[in-house]
Amino acid sequence: MSWKWLTRIITTYWPMFLRGAGMTLYISIIGTIIGSIIGLLIGTIRTIPKPNHGFGRVILKIVNVILTIYVEFFRGTPMIVQATVIYYGALLFMGIDMNRNFAAIFIVSINTGAYIAEIVRGGIISIDQGQFEAAHAIGMNHIKTMWNVILPQVIRNILPAIGNEFVINIKDTSVLNVIAVTELFFQSKSIAGNNFRYFETYFVTSIIYLIMTLTVTRILRLLERRLDGPDNFNVIPGNQMQVQKPESALRRKQHAG
Amino acid sequence: MEKVIDIQHLKKSFGTNEILKDIDFSVNKGEVVCIIGSSGSGKSTLLRCINLLEKPSGGKIIYRGQNILEGRHDIYAYRTKLGMVFQQFNLFNNHDVLSNCVVGQIKVLKRSRKEAEEVAMKYLDVVGMSQYIQAKPKQLSGGQKQRVAIARALSMEPDVMLFDEPTSALDPEMVGEVLTVMKKLAESGLTMLVVTHEMQFAREVADRVVFMDQGVIAEEGTPEEIFNNPKQERTKEFLKRVTR
Repeated sequence: MSWKWLTRIITTYWPMFLRGAGMTLYISIIGTIIGSIIGLLIGTIRTIPKPNHGFGRVILKIVNVILTIYVEFFRGTPMIVQATVIYYGALLFMGIDMNRNFAAIFIVSINTGAYIAEIVRGGIISIDQGQFEAAHAIGMNHIKTMWNVILPQVIRNILPAIGNEFVINIKDTSVLNVIAVTELFFQSKSIAGNNFRYFETYFVTSIIYLIMTLTVTRILRLLERRLDGPDNFNVIPGNQMQVQKPESALRRKQHAG
Repeated sequence: MEKVIDIQHLKKSFGTNEILKDIDFSVNKGEVVCIIGSSGSGKSTLLRCINLLEKPSGGKIIYRGQNILEGRHDIYAYRTKLGMVFQQFNLFNNHDVLSNCVVGQIKVLKRSRKEAEEVAMKYLDVVGMSQYIQAKPKQLSGGQKQRVAIARALSMEPDVMLFDEPTSALDPEMVGEVLTVMKKLAESGLTMLVVTHEMQFAREVADRVVFMDQGVIAEEGTPEEIFNNPKQERTKEFLKRVTR
């Protein structure tokens, strides 16, 4: 490795590296967010209690089969193959010439969605049944229960796993170079093709990937801590009430009423 | 007397295991009914059938003249009329104390946040937890959690409060604070249906005591009748076991 080349590559090609890194981050952030939304929706649909009436039951069954096929297909094939098949398939059979960046986000999103759907399912299963029962007991339906009680807890619990997906996405967007998306790996390939200094170029690339993944991990850790809230709480003074004697509260209530 | 809930020929089986066999039973307005009986006698299942957390296998549950097991009854609206207090508290872990009492009012009863918070504070005051509105459930003791759970149920201003062994998961020293709250609620004229192992509580507070055994109501009557002059042999045996 020559330091001369290393510095020359950095000083000459830094705008290309930066653009590539920007594109990589952009695709993986949007892809992870949309994928998470897909995953949460699928998790919610898959946990709908079986309706009693015939029609709803059939619909739900069909939807569940479709969702299972979706999850199994995208978990069971490599993203590099999915990218090629979807991008060229759309062009060949439907005449759609997708914008490459759109195609990239689309592929990363549905791929991530399939993984996160399973993560969400696990997250929902791990929530105590009592949380569902308490929500139902105050009259919440499935959607309200999920939205107000279950999913906030699920999201907190699966955040490390989503972070994991995010990091994987940052690295795996490199396969999108097969459909010529100008992300970091694609840019590195161009740079190396220019100067024939493969080692030095990809060494810089690897450092950039590492910086991105480490930063993302730290940010997510901070987010988790924020979601957990403070360890302490304030006791509200002024409204002094003897804990053992609610009768005084009742008496006061009667006076007021 | 006005019947709030009238249960007729209620049945519940899990597979071939028949838990409730032909239960006839009603709760009158303003009445405190305690259900006692050994574990596995079906008391909790009966309570859970009443608010449809378990789906009954047969029979009728009549609420305000309507059989809610018939047709497409709005079970969500019906459930808001029944306040449920669980053995394991089941406070919403992602909400603080105030929010636990507010979320149902806003999302289900469509009250404004301001109104919901006022109502919640009123009942948190009743249970003596209004100082702790910022606390998360994991920061509270068992007795405190259960008192918040009671306030949460009261905040929906239900017609009947259902208590499913509310003190069974508590440390002995915390049982008292929860029972004190419940006693005061009973005195304020609330309609209450309480599944309990606290015989002293049932004796002091109940208007009527129901003894369940093997999925049927074996005996019911005033606390004096049940505790002092039980007629059935199995009631006597149960009482002998629990009041040693």
